[in-house]
Amino acid sequence: MKTGGLSRWLPLPLQTAVLVVVWLLLNNSMAPGQILLGVVLAWLVSLLVAPLQEGPIRVRRFRLAGKYLLRLLKDIVVANFDVAARILRSRRHLKPGFVAVPLDIRGDLPVSLLANTVSLTPGTVSAELSSDRCWLYVHALHLEDDTVLIKVIKERYEQPLREIFEC
Amino acid sequence: MSLALEILVSLLLLAGGGFMLLGSWGLVRLPDFYTRLHAPTKATTLGMAGLLLASMIYFSVSEARLSVHELLITLFLLLTAPVSAHMLAKTALHHRVKVVDRTQGKPLIDCAEARRPPSSS
Amino acid sequence: MLSTVIWIVSAMLAAALVMNLVRLLRGPDLSDRILALDTLYINSIGLILLFGLYRGTTLYFEAAMLIAMLGFVSTAALCKYLLRGDIIE
Repeated sequence: MKTGGLSRWLPLPLQTAVLVVVWLLLNNSMAPGQILLGVVLAWLVSLLVAPLQEGPIRVRRFRLAGKYLLRLLKDIVVANFDVAARILRSRRHLKPGFVAVPLDIRGDLPVSLLANTVSLTPGTVSAELSSDRCWLYVHALHLEDDTVLIKVIKERYEQPLREIFEC
Repeated sequence: MSLALEILVSLLLLAGGGFMLLGSWGLVRLPDFYTRLHAPTKATTLGMAGLLLASMIYFSVSEARLSVHELLITLFLLLTAPVSAHMLAKTALHHRVKVVDRTQGKPLIDCAEARRPPSSS
Repeated sequence: MLSTVIWIVSAMLAAALVMNLVRLLRGPDLSDRILALDTLYINSIGLILLFGLYRGTTLYFEAAMLIAMLGFVSTAALCKYLLRGDIIE
């Protein structure tokens, strides 16, 4: 691997920034001393864990990632009201079911992000990934039509993730 | 603390408590393990977010400085809830937990447990 | 008004804890019991936060944070144990 000066001394820039923010949140302060301490600690931790990482994360389109995050938050609230309503209604209305979703995205991080999104949002929980990583098995609390659910997952969540990571 | 803020905090607390109660109610009431999995991972997470938001507003006002460290717990729970749900679902598949009779797509359970694509079943 | 609301919400959370306990004792499978434990710790974080609000101190925040972290790790460890028969491979 070719190591430029920057990637050698700051191997994980994104993760280091996140660590600094977490440190400031944890201490609940913006004092200059805390910022300095946070930067030093985050830098040391990123140097320590860099050998464990298999290549850096490449987020190509930050604005799209932000838009995806906001939509995800909105969808989480909507899905929660939906699940709450289904819990309160009579259990005879419930039509649970398993669905296999074919995946087009590749790579550890995008697939796990998609699985987590699916678990949090549209009344579904991701149960298992096939060993060739082409199928995601999903359990839905209420399944009207499996083709519709697959279409929603693919278009609403997988497509933006593919664009963000360009894979 | 002004009345409007107090009402806002109270509403957030009640909504949060209500969602957590619903999550636990679903845990007791829903028919099989996979459906029960939905109640805590979704309703309880949103309930916690409501409670933490209320606590954030309350302490920001009462201590007259921004108090944001509750966000950390919210973020942590949002990140960990789907992971633990996924691991629980894997465990249930592995142990062949019973599903309710009207579950659709039952043949997929065997494929998922063996981690093979659905077409080869 | 706020203290009344805190009492009401505490009662709601206590009821939620009792329901989790019912599932923990009754759960036909081990995975049901782990799910009940998982919900139990999240509900107890809520109760601790409410106690912090009631006393008007942020001292309990660290306790809530620690329970959140240890709870997740213990759920993951229990699932891993049931899946593989071993925690550290």
